Amino acid sequence: MMSETTIDKKTRRFAWRLSELRLGRAAVILVPMLWLAAFFFIPFLVVFKISLAEAVIAIPPYSPLLQWDSSSAYLTFKINFGNYLYLFESRFYLDAYLSSLKIAAISTFFALLIGFPIAYLIARSGPTKRIILLALVILPFWTSFLLRVYAWMVLLRKDGLVNDVLMAIGIIDQPLQILQTEFAVYLGIVYTYLPFMILPLYTSLEKMDLNLIDAAQDLGAKPYQSFFLITLPLAKTGIIAGCLLVFIPAVGEYVIPALLGGSDTLMIGRVLWDEFFQNRDWPMASAVAVMMLIVLVGPIMYVRNSNKEVE
Amino acid sequence: MSAFPNPSAVQTKSVPTWRQQDAKPFVQIEQITKQFGQFTAVNSVSLDIYRNELFCLLGGSGSGKSTLLRMLAGFEEPTSGRILIDGVDMTGIPPWERPVNMMFQSYALFPHLSVEANVAFGLKREGIKSPEVNKRVAEILNMVQLGHLAKRKPHMLSGGQRQRVALARALVKRPKLLLLDEPLGALDKKLREETQFELMRLQDELGITFVVVTHDQEEAMTLATRIGVMNNGEIVQTAEPHEVYEYPKSRFVAEFIGNVNLFDGTVVEDERDSVSIQSPDLDALLQVDHGISCAPNQEVSVAIRPEKIYISREPVDIEVNGATGIISDVAYMGSQSVFKVRLASGKELRITQPNVSREMGSRLTWEDKVYLSWDADSCVVLMS
Repeated sequence: MMSETTIDKKTRRFAWRLSELRLGRAAVILVPMLWLAAFFFIPFLVVFKISLAEAVIAIPPYSPLLQWDSSSAYLTFKINFGNYLYLFESRFYLDAYLSSLKIAAISTFFALLIGFPIAYLIARSGPTKRIILLALVILPFWTSFLLRVYAWMVLLRKDGLVNDVLMAIGIIDQPLQILQTEFAVYLGIVYTYLPFMILPLYTSLEKMDLNLIDAAQDLGAKPYQSFFLITLPLAKTGIIAGCLLVFIPAVGEYVIPALLGGSDTLMIGRVLWDEFFQNRDWPMASAVAVMMLIVLVGPIMYVRNSNKEVE
Repeated sequence: MSAFPNPSAVQTKSVPTWRQQDAKPFVQIEQITKQFGQFTAVNSVSLDIYRNELFCLLGGSGSGKSTLLRMLAGFEEPTSGRILIDGVDMTGIPPWERPVNMMFQSYALFPHLSVEANVAFGLKREGIKSPEVNKRVAEILNMVQLGHLAKRKPHMLSGGQRQRVALARALVKRPKLLLLDEPLGALDKKLREETQFELMRLQDELGITFVVVTHDQEEAMTLATRIGVMNNGEIVQTAEPHEVYEYPKSRFVAEFIGNVNLFDGTVVEDERDSVSIQSPDLDALLQVDHGISCAPNQEVSVAIRPEKIYISREPVDIEVNGATGIISDVAYMGSQSVFKVRLASGKELRITQPNVSREMGSRLTWEDKVYLSWDADSCVVLMS
C-alpha cells in the first residue's frame, strides 16, 4: 500500500518538475522578448514621445513633454498633436505615403514575377546544382548593400555600361536617361530584395510532392492547369512570406530612391530623412515614422490572419 | 454499377482471354526499352495485357516495374519501342490525353482540396457540367463508403480512407486502364486483406483493366489474373499465379516467389517420361517425371517447394527422391511448422508441415533423425 505521504511527495515532485519546465520555456521566450523590447519597443516609445513634442532650436531639438517652471511653480505637461494633424492637412505627406505604397507594391509584384521562376528552377534542380544556385542567390549579401547600389549608378549612367551596350547594338542612338527616374528605383528595389522573395518561395516549392503534378496531369490537367490549380495554391505561404519580406522594407526604403531616383520620386523614407537632417524637425520626422508603422501594421495583421486559416 | 460499361466481364470467366488463341490484347507493349543515361531501367520488354485482366507486375526494387508503369501512364517516354492501348499508339501522347488513370503509391491527394474536390478534379478537366460532376462524385464516394467525409481535407483522414479517396479519384474518370502503384503498401495487414478483396470486387463489377505494380508476392498471388515477374528491367516470366509458383521458369522466379529448396546437379539419365539427376548434395537420385527435354550431362537445378516434402521419423523408401537428416531448427507458426533439416552432405532443407494434431508429444523436434521424401512430379527442373 502506498502511504499518503509518498503520493504527496510524488505529486509535489511532479509539480516542481512542471514548474521547472515552465521556467525553461519562459527563459526561451524571454530572450527574444528582451531583444524586441530593447531594440524595438523602447526605441519606438522614444520616437512616439518625440512625435508629440514641438520643434525647437536647441539640443535636443524638441520640447520636453514635462516642464517644471520654478518661478511660478507650474508643472506643465504639454502634448502636441499638431504634427499628426499636419500629416493629414498637407497633401505632400499623403502623396508620399501613397507613392511609397505604390512603388513598394509594384516592386513586390515584379520581384514575385521574377523570383517565382528562379525559385521554381532551384527547387526542381538536382542536389548539387541546387546548392550552387542557392549560393548564387545569397552571394550578393557578401558585398555591402550601399556598394551594390553605387554599382548600379555606374551601370545606369548616361555613359554607363547599359547605355553603351544599347548604343553599340544600335537599339538607341542617344543615351537614355535611366538614372534618376522611377524606373531606376524599381530596378534597384527589385534587385535588392529579390533574394528575400526567392528564399521563402524556394522553401515552399521544395517541400511540394512532385507526385501531385503527375497526379494532376494523369487526371487530365494540362501543364498550365496543374501549375495554377496545384503548384500555385501550394506555394501560397511562400508567396505571402516573400511578398511581405519585400513589401515592408520597400515601403520605408531610403537609400535606393535617394541614390537612383530623381527629385520627383517621392518616397516616405526620403521625406523622413529630409525632415530629420534637412529641416531638423525631429518631432515631425517622428510623426512620419509612427504613421508609417501604423500603415504597415494593417497588411501584416491581415496576412497573419489568413495564414492561420491556411493552417 | 450500371454507370460503367461492363461488356465481357462475366463471359470470359470460363476461358480466360489470355488463353484464347485469337484474342486481341488490350494493352500491347512492344519491345519497350527505357534508359536513364547509361542505366537501362527497362530492357526490351514485350507484353500483352487483355481486357478485364488484373495484371500484376511483380519485382524487387530497381527491377523496372515502376518505370514500366510510368511509361504506361505517359510520365516517361520509352527510349525505343511503343505501347498500344486499345489499338491506339500512345507514342507522344501526354499523360493528360491518355485513357489511363493511376493510383499513386503515396496516393498523391491534393492537400489543399477537400475529398470531394480531389475526386471532382479529373471530371472538371474534361469540361463536364457541374451537376453531372456532383452526381458522379457522390456516386463514387458512396461506392467506396466515404460519402460522409466528402468535405474533409486529406490530412484529416486515416491511411485506409486516403487510399479509398485515391482509388475513387482514379476510378471516377472511368478509365479504360487503371494503373495501381503498390496499392496496398501503406496499409496494415488486416486492411490490406480487406482492400485486396475490395479491388477484386471492383474489377469484377466495373470491367476495367487493372495493372498493379507490387513487390509483395502474396499481394500478387491473391490479386492477379496473371503475374509478370520482373528482374533487372526484363520480364522473366508471365503466367497465372499458380503457374508462377508451381512451374517457375528460372532460379530467380523460384527463389523470388515463396520459399524453395534448390539442388544443383547433372542429368544422368534422360528417358521418355522421366529424367534422373545426380546432385552432390544428395545420396539418392532425383527423378522428375514431367515433360522436360534435356541432354545427358547437362547441368541443371532442381527446385522443390518446402510443403511438398514429406517428413517422418519412420523409415521410408529413400532410394530415389528421398534423404535422411537431422532436424536442426523448428519454428512453430500456428497453422504450420517450419523445419530445417541438415543432410549428411551438410545441405539444409526447409520443410513445412501443417499442424494437423494439437498434441505436442508426437511432434517432431530438435535433433530428431528424420526421413524425407517427395513425389516425382513435385520437382521442377530449372535450366537457368
